[in-house]
Amino acid sequence: MTRLSGNSKHSVRMTVNGRAHEGYAEPRMLLADFLRHELGLYGTHVGCEHGVCGACTVLIDGVPSRSCTQYAVQADGASIETVESLADGDTLNALQAAFRNNHALQCGFCTAGILMSATAFLEETPAPTELQVREMLSGHICRCTGYDGIVRAILEAAGVQAEGKAA
Amino acid sequence: MAETEVPTDGSSGKPGRWPDRWIGKSVPRKEDAALLTGSARFIDDMEPVAGLRHAAILRSPYAHAKITSIDASAALALSGVYGVVTGEQVAEYLRGIPSVVRTPIRFMPIAIDKARFVGEPVAVVVARDRYLAEDALDLIEVEYEPLDAAIDAEAAMADDAPVLHDVAGSNVAGHRTIINGDPESAFDEAAHVVSLDFHIQRYSSTPMETYGVVANFESVPDRYTVWSNFQGPFVIQPLMAGALGVPGNRLRLITAQASGGSFGIKQGVAAYIVLLCAVSRILGVPVKWTEDRLEHLAASSAATGRSGTVTGAFAADGELTALRFRNINDMGAFLRPPEPASVYRMQSTLNGCYGVQNIHTENYLVVTNKVPVGLNRGYGGTQFFYSLERFMDHAARELNIDPVDLRRRNFIDKDAFPYETPGGSVMDAGDYQKCVDELEARADYQALKKRRDEKRAEGKLYGIGIACAVEPSGSNMGYVSLAQTPEERAKSGAKSGANSSVVISMDPSGGVTVQLDSTPNGQGHATVTAQIVADALGITPDDVDVITEIDTMTSPWSIGSGNYGNRFSVAVTDAVVEGADRVARKLKIMAADQLECAVEDVELVEGQARIVGSDKALSLTRVGTQAHWNPVNLPDGVEPGIYETTTVTADLDGPTPEDTVASSVTYGAIFDLAAVEIDAETGRITIEKYVSVHDVGELLNPKIVEGQIIGGFVHGLGGAMFEEMTYDEDGNFLSGTFADYLCPTAMEVPDFEVGHVPTPSPKTKLGAKGLGDGSSMLAPAALTNAVADALGRADISPPLTMPKVWRWLQETKA
Repeated sequence: MTRLSGNSKHSVRMTVNGRAHEGYAEPRMLLADFLRHELGLYGTHVGCEHGVCGACTVLIDGVPSRSCTQYAVQADGASIETVESLADGDTLNALQAAFRNNHALQCGFCTAGILMSATAFLEETPAPTELQVREMLSGHICRCTGYDGIVRAILEAAGVQAEGKAA
Repeated sequence: MAETEVPTDGSSGKPGRWPDRWIGKSVPRKEDAALLTGSARFIDDMEPVAGLRHAAILRSPYAHAKITSIDASAALALSGVYGVVTGEQVAEYLRGIPSVVRTPIRFMPIAIDKARFVGEPVAVVVARDRYLAEDALDLIEVEYEPLDAAIDAEAAMADDAPVLHDVAGSNVAGHRTIINGDPESAFDEAAHVVSLDFHIQRYSSTPMETYGVVANFESVPDRYTVWSNFQGPFVIQPLMAGALGVPGNRLRLITAQASGGSFGIKQGVAAYIVLLCAVSRILGVPVKWTEDRLEHLAASSAATGRSGTVTGAFAADGELTALRFRNINDMGAFLRPPEPASVYRMQSTLNGCYGVQNIHTENYLVVTNKVPVGLNRGYGGTQFFYSLERFMDHAARELNIDPVDLRRRNFIDKDAFPYETPGGSVMDAGDYQKCVDELEARADYQALKKRRDEKRAEGKLYGIGIACAVEPSGSNMGYVSLAQTPEERAKSGAKSGANSSVVISMDPSGGVTVQLDSTPNGQGHATVTAQIVADALGITPDDVDVITEIDTMTSPWSIGSGNYGNRFSVAVTDAVVEGADRVARKLKIMAADQLECAVEDVELVEGQARIVGSDKALSLTRVGTQAHWNPVNLPDGVEPGIYETTTVTADLDGPTPEDTVASSVTYGAIFDLAAVEIDAETGRITIEKYVSVHDVGELLNPKIVEGQIIGGFVHGLGGAMFEEMTYDEDGNFLSGTFADYLCPTAMEVPDFEVGHVPTPSPKTKLGAKGLGDGSSMLAPAALTNAVADALGRADISPPLTMPKVWRWLQETKA
């Protein structure tokens, strides 16, 4: 494993949202801080810095990951997707549009992380049950919505009608 | 929903495709696109001034300790550290903030000679970046002399308890008794007297975005400029300026574009605004600080904890004739303004939904070695309705009357509105019997009671809980002074009213912009405002831009500004309606001049000013922009430009010498029913049914209303089932992460059914009432009632965690 000096900044290269980025980070700089303050991608939010709330979730090589509990240097060479990747210009993608239609957000602070988890979830589970959606969502804390709109939105994006919770 | 089908962009401007009104429709939110694409900007996304340095805060590890020395030399020697500021240094620039209560205790945002709760700031490091600043915290040597801590509020009242504030000599920072009516006689004459001890814990709505402040002191002229996610109430702004020793116009507060939730909690940002202002002044650099989650849970704010006793007098037929409350309020280490508002917000609605006329209330304000309390969703209502509605369910059991029936026997009659309560509120409108009809129908109450019988016959633990509340909205700024005696009030200046300000403008290109003073944190204020203005001007919500940031140097604002007390839908909307009507009137006068017709014959519809019943019309842009481009030729009496500033107040006077006050503009109502089954082996509670019926008056945007109601319920669910800011007996804080402080996730939220029985408010222009608190005030009562019913015991208190329920089950078995 490469040894990095603790006191100096190191070049970190990664592909973010399909575009090559380079920035500089001390080894202890969190990936979330790197994305936000080094690369200027402020759409990723930090809610707890201990991996529980899920607000900072991004996709690292396609896998939903907490960007607050890993270092930027660990993601050197990785391909990362953040919330900024989802819309096509001004046009919301199907998941984002479903969030809007179902009032799945209020303050919107937790939303980016949920969108990223849901993106990966729907790729693996294209026709989820409500319970599966809720289990996936349980890795995120939202304090505004009570989750119902989010559940409906994800089911709508999957093309599944919301049924009873036992489904 | 069918009503969402109407497009809200300008393209919908085809005849016949416009709705009669935008208000009342589930118009999609204006706020969403920016939030969904990651382009909305929150406070931590901002670097509003060049040369920012970053702060980290050293906090007390002790609940109660003298600070004997602070040695920051090693921290200052660290490369990249710009300075370290201690409480003693801050005290040179910052005066303690007094409470409305006559006590010598002053709130300071940093400990000076003594720390009074775990997490209280002790020193501030400013460095090149946050990482370095936190490194430096470890290098500061603080000598503490630990003292015994006062943690339990009741114990803290004892003569021999450790005293937090030597200047006060006691932990009882305030004690008031207020009597409305003649409770003594009612108790003497009662057929039944029922009493219940209660306790509700301190918890917090923990917004997902923590506090953030950027403070910049400029020395020529002396001025503090602060960017933050403070949410008001802006009555705190003059207090902050006073603490800093500057006139109000030298403390410029600017809020961020987006705010990641608050639920009242971000009122507490005020403490850090003044602290970081002082730090910026002392070090001469702009300073940015973003709170981390541990700091937030340990040291931001909490809901007031309350224990006490409710006693009620009943006539033989179950009529509630008097209530007596003895409340011990756990205020934390200070009475931090606007406290003790949490204790007095419900003072004039202590009758709840009932016609009871005689009420005796005794409140103790007790300081303890815990984080100070403040606004939290349901502010003061959660604690009050927990006590009242636990009491009513308990009394029903004692009197052997069905709990729904007992409430029905005591409801204020629908024909009695407007109804003046014993505490002085004038409740605007309601039909509580009909609300409960709806609740019973939706819950199928009779079948549910049969189900309970059947379950119990099988040996299962099954319970039903009921709770109801009124929802005061649009706060009278005068109510907090109920904490003073009438004599004390007479000496201080009179306070009343509920101001709201709005600016509506049309720019030289025809763009319509509205500036609000409501500092929303996700409640969709921009959307509803655009609906109102679109209706008034005959345009679409998409044609209206809404600015929700406040800048106290350039925005209209007043002490009532901010996002609290369910203010938006009752107070702010009135200002928007008034302002939009003024603009519409001006546009009609201008249009009449150009169309050569009477003003009364002009209607603003479909983006046009049109002569009613004809095709003769001008585009609204064409009409309005004349105020900019052609001011010389405006009709007589029309001022150039379109820039209407409107400030309105609700007609709410301050407290009377008899200690009554109309606390709020409107009084919605909420009726909740919970049915639970408890696993006798594990103590696990399954919420089988939760039904909630609301009277929010007119629904301005049904989808937003629904979101607020569900969200409020889940806050109440958290408080009922999981959430507590826990301390050990020494005052160590035990719930500093989201793995220890448990908020409901999507798996814990049960099916939640909502019904509406709206009675339009005669007090607001749109007939709306407030709705933000909702079941956050009631779920702890309804769910505890259900669990008490299932367990057959009254001496329980939230949070109803599995270990606690299991212990109660073991006690019952033994």
